[in-house]
Amino acid sequence: MAKKRLLTAIVTGLALVMAVSVASAAGLSDDVLKVGVMTDMSGAYSDLCGPGSVVAAQMAIDDFGGKVLGKKIELVSVDHQNKPDIAANKAREWFDTEKVDVITDLPTSSAALAVMEVANQKNKITLISTGASTKITNDNCNATNVHWTYDTYALAVGTGKAVVANGGDTWFFITADYAFGHSLENDTAAVVKASGGKVVGDVKAPFPNTDFSSFLMQAQASGAKIIGLANAGADTINSIKQAKEFGITQNQTLAGLLIFITDINSLGLDTAQGMVLTTGFYWDRNDETRAWSKRFRERHKNMPTMGQAGVYSSLMHYFSAVEKAGTDEPAAVMAAMKSMPINDMFAKNGYIRDDGRMVHDMYLVQVKKPSESKGPWDYYKVLRTIPGDEAYMSLDNSTCKLVKK
Amino acid sequence: MMIQVFGVPIQALLGQLLIGLINGSFYAILSLGLAIIFGLLNIINFTHGAQYMLGAFAAWMSLTYLGVNYWVGLILAPLIVGAFGILMERLMLRRLYHLDHLYGLLLTFGLALVLEGVFRQLYGVSGLSYTIPQVFQGGVNLGFMFLPYYRAWVIVASLTVCFATWFVIERTKLGAYLRAATENPELLQAFGVNVPLMITLTFGYGVALAGFAGVLAAPIYQVTPVMGSNLIIVVFAVVVIGGMGSILGSIVTGVALGLIEGMTKVFYPEASGVVVFVIMALVLLLRPAGLFGREK
Repeated sequence: MAKKRLLTAIVTGLALVMAVSVASAAGLSDDVLKVGVMTDMSGAYSDLCGPGSVVAAQMAIDDFGGKVLGKKIELVSVDHQNKPDIAANKAREWFDTEKVDVITDLPTSSAALAVMEVANQKNKITLISTGASTKITNDNCNATNVHWTYDTYALAVGTGKAVVANGGDTWFFITADYAFGHSLENDTAAVVKASGGKVVGDVKAPFPNTDFSSFLMQAQASGAKIIGLANAGADTINSIKQAKEFGITQNQTLAGLLIFITDINSLGLDTAQGMVLTTGFYWDRNDETRAWSKRFRERHKNMPTMGQAGVYSSLMHYFSAVEKAGTDEPAAVMAAMKSMPINDMFAKNGYIRDDGRMVHDMYLVQVKKPSESKGPWDYYKVLRTIPGDEAYMSLDNSTCKLVKK
Repeated sequence: MMIQVFGVPIQALLGQLLIGLINGSFYAILSLGLAIIFGLLNIINFTHGAQYMLGAFAAWMSLTYLGVNYWVGLILAPLIVGAFGILMERLMLRRLYHLDHLYGLLLTFGLALVLEGVFRQLYGVSGLSYTIPQVFQGGVNLGFMFLPYYRAWVIVASLTVCFATWFVIERTKLGAYLRAATENPELLQAFGVNVPLMITLTFGYGVALAGFAGVLAAPIYQVTPVMGSNLIIVVFAVVVIGGMGSILGSIVTGVALGLIEGMTKVFYPEASGVVVFVIMALVLLLRPAGLFGREK
């Protein structure tokens, strides 16, 4: 009897000691760092992020050594189908029951906005790469989010200004009728007007949509010199193809406000040549981007888009920050991320602002003519590097409550 | 001086009507296939959208792997898809005839999901390119709009096939046998007509119509695994509005709804996705058998 009591006492004591020591050690919550890639695996945006983003995330984990602070890094992924309700529910499930520490990629701005809100409530980090709306760093900004790759303002400043400077001073918008489309249209319209141009009209198309003939005809009837496509992915591809079919490109110019290299691949240089667009990453820009992209392509059939490159870059930076902070506790990690510059194949001297915006250079590129292209994926010539501070909206105009003015 | 209708110039309106007619032709041919299958065979074929997609893919595959041109594809693809339909009927649907309608619906719905999933796995979702055949490239400037030749061809081809089908069913002996087989299969069989064979071939034809629509669609809409699922719900609404068993009803309603949807896109584009369902709800409330249907 006494022996049993002694045994019980020792075991209890050991248990208590272990519990205390686990709690007091700085380290990873739940003993693992779990990364969640939430993306569009099968819908309108799946080629420009989707499985490629998961590949990019795995590359980051492998390149970092597969471990941080002595513990394994795990990867999970899910298809949010471009629906904010599915995205938010999955995020909650991931945070509550699957110990996910960070969610990345998040295309479709409405889904990105929903998930960053859930993450903030649960004190977890989101690294938005493919999602685009400027609302992410303005009205909806929060302290646990970083907006990495690009946003609708940068696209407007890049493409919008360049097109107006080239004589395209009257615009008609065909807009995807949800958060992203509205954001892109508003930001571009502001830039057009500020540059001396005029917006003669717009039409909202359902998202997603396959037949743009009716909307293109309204654009044609408006007589605008430029038809601004405030949409992305499969929507943009369809708009461009059908514009060509209806002879609209004979008298008017299309401005694709958000175009990824996978879209150009789908359209073919014959159709896409001459288009001007703004991007945050191009695989053929320099030796470093080429080397990384070659490794990416060994694992995935296409060259990387800026969204996929952004997933890699943001995760590498996140892992470094966790290591520096010695913990995966979000406030400490965010502080560490903001304290270190970003210098990799994606950005040079990039930095994260108080509103969560990662500021880095953007590139104004033009699609090559078929005769100018020397091989597959040789699609762009870089016209101009837009310095980060010019590309992104100044904090003076920010509506983010975290920004001290 | 441009004439304006509710603030929209008449040119723009005519152009939109023509676009509506093109979309309407697709609705007509797809709802015709559905109406035949439901009206004559009492099967709710939810696989119709996936069969439309199969038709487009068959055309694309025969172009890419076999090098056959569009015209051969136009005949080959419906045959392939029709054959697949016959297989489906023989092996699976036949076993469900004695059961409630709903089982057929579940089976075809499940098949649609499987087909779509397989193709999505193989081909992704961005869409495959199918160039418009050389003879149809370019278009004609009608003054109020530029009409691509290919889209004009779509209207001609689908409406021709629709009316030819209607004629066969309503005005020929073969069609009479078909309609008799629906009313009283045992009696017809007693007369020596091979009713099961007729049912199989009819189902195959209805499915082949979907495949035909798919080939027509390939050059202008993307060839994607989800092209059918986007369309099928609207087509079902069209069939319900037209009257589930009425052949003429499905053709006329298809075209009319295409035109109405086109108009909505001009005056209130945000509603263009739902206008068909609003009309369907109204028709069901006021005339449940559909506009051309007969109460069974």
